[in-house]
Amino acid sequence: MSNESLTKSMTGGAAETGENVLEVKNLVVHYVLKKETVEAVNDVSFTLKSGRSLGLVGETGAGKTTTALAIMNLVPNPPGVIKSGTVNVCGHEMLKLKPIELAKIRGADISMIFQDPMTSLNPVMTVGNQIAESVKLHEDCSHSQAFDRAVEMLELVGIPGARASEYPHEFSGGMQQRVVIAIALACNPRVLIADEPTTALDVTIQAQVLGMMSELKTKMNTALLMITHDLGVVAKMCDEVAVMYAGRIVEKGTLEDVFNNTMHPYTEGLFNSLPKIDNRDTELKPIPGLMADPTKLPVGCSFAPRCSYATDACRARRPEDRYVSDTHMVVCTAYEDPAFHIEGWQ
Amino acid sequence: MDSHFLEVRNLKKYFKRTRGNVHAVDGVNFTIDKGKTLGVVGESGCGKSTLGRCVLRLIEPTDGEVLYEGRDICKLNKRELKDLRKEMQIIFQDPFSSLNPRKTVLDLIAEPIKFNKLIPNASKADIENRVLELMETVGIAERLINTYPHELDGGRRQRIGIARALSLNPKFIVCDEPVSALDVSIQAQILNLLKKLQKELGLTYIFITHDLSVVNYFSNDIMVMYLGHVVEMAPAAELFRNPMHPYTKALLSAILLPKVNGNPERIQLRGEVTSPIDPPDECRFAKRCNYLCKACSAGTPPLLEVEPNHLVACHCIKPGMNILQEQPHLISGR
Repeated sequence: MSNESLTKSMTGGAAETGENVLEVKNLVVHYVLKKETVEAVNDVSFTLKSGRSLGLVGETGAGKTTTALAIMNLVPNPPGVIKSGTVNVCGHEMLKLKPIELAKIRGADISMIFQDPMTSLNPVMTVGNQIAESVKLHEDCSHSQAFDRAVEMLELVGIPGARASEYPHEFSGGMQQRVVIAIALACNPRVLIADEPTTALDVTIQAQVLGMMSELKTKMNTALLMITHDLGVVAKMCDEVAVMYAGRIVEKGTLEDVFNNTMHPYTEGLFNSLPKIDNRDTELKPIPGLMADPTKLPVGCSFAPRCSYATDACRARRPEDRYVSDTHMVVCTAYEDPAFHIEGWQ
Repeated sequence: MDSHFLEVRNLKKYFKRTRGNVHAVDGVNFTIDKGKTLGVVGESGCGKSTLGRCVLRLIEPTDGEVLYEGRDICKLNKRELKDLRKEMQIIFQDPFSSLNPRKTVLDLIAEPIKFNKLIPNASKADIENRVLELMETVGIAERLINTYPHELDGGRRQRIGIARALSLNPKFIVCDEPVSALDVSIQAQILNLLKKLQKELGLTYIFITHDLSVVNYFSNDIMVMYLGHVVEMAPAAELFRNPMHPYTKALLSAILLPKVNGNPERIQLRGEVTSPIDPPDECRFAKRCNYLCKACSAGTPPLLEVEPNHLVACHCIKPGMNILQEQPHLISGR
């Protein structure tokens, strides 16, 4: 395939901005163990339009990665059980398809970049062949055509095409992550899930990889689901933000909604925990206590035991989704009192 | 000799490899005063952890002097070193692999106390009391005294690491990425704890990290390392206000602020980190530098005091003269 036809096939297949390419509704995923049940994802819903990017933010154990695996229908079973909910990717019901049908969609309509590039590449296969493998699976082409495409993809992510015949260990961490991105983008997916794509990388390399990802996103009009714990990455990359805590989305909205008009006490706590670069003297205000144990979630709001605003009502029952504007949703019982507001962060 | 608490002179550590020597730390000089914190930043592989270990002589430096309260610890014999080690401790990055999984919290914290015979003729109860005292200092609940590390989360494990370091009443602690493995809400708890302990016990820290916002919050002085060399050193506020070295500039511009439109264009560096194996005698950053000038290959640039307390190692920046700003035409923009 020539460079021209490559670009054509990339833009030709792209969806128009504004079309829903990913819809997750009332997703519930549990890990059923012998003695206990880990309630990893509890009623998560969101949609993602093509060309847009959503940041899924939360700490370790919030259920971010499980959500992503459920979208791909890759939750390890056992012990993982998708209890209920639907996932619609470009019109396909992911949770109802047979494995052979799923294989056609994964990689073509939706792909995923995993956190650790070292473990997601095959160490005994050249990077060119690894990219070509994914192309051959989804497109009717010969090996040499697929390999040519692989070389083009490598150049797209800023690696000289001549290095296609090298093995993963010959590349640095940042380059390995770019190879993973090249594999994920090789078939021009309409949805890309990136699970902590830069966590393992140094800041200057992170800057390169993120810059490249947003460039590719614009070029191919891909919808991006960015899973991260880094609010800085979200601010740079995302149009919308969903904050997860103990398996639920506790606040969701546009970047401006969540960052400039923070409403949920947990989101406020996250911002207050970060050292401020422009003001050395602000004291850090950590969130007291620890992440809720997902095997013993409280009856009421999961965040209530750590929340300084919590009332008896918070502890007594599960908070409901509350829309404060067309785009901004917050899951917090305290807002039943119209006068309630958080202290705000500096 | 002088009043510095710790003075490091021309410290070098080379690791022998079949292909040559890895210059992990290559001629590093700095001083720290009592009760202060020196932040060391740099990317993976720049030698910051090796530096931290060399300063404690946990690995033997190839060359150089480490003067701790005026005594060169590189010349001490085993027994003298063992005595001195009580005063100098380290907190490791990974609270998951740095604790023995078969020991309880009590055993873990008691181990250094017993080993160094800190309490003469200690009974079990004496040691337990001291452990409980330390647990209170670092904020671990008393009821957890008989638990094993795997039962605890990362934040609590890191607190055990801190309690172990504190158990010997140290004066000086090397914190090697102590919060990198922790979630932000827990990270803030540990940072506040370390700051509180410094204030109460008058501790001196070397704080090694790759997270610039953390180091800015935590340190008095910041040292930026690149491939074993110090490229810039200045008081924290000064460094963030006026970064001079092209690498520091790129590093600072790569910080992502959690703010809407808070992240203007970044300075992008080209290429990848060069190999630290027998690097040529030139500026080690030259291959990635955006301002390559003719002088860059003319030997390793010395670390000069360009402004009071602000040291920079760049051929283009000398006291009273900053070619990067004044004569950009001399620079071949890549």
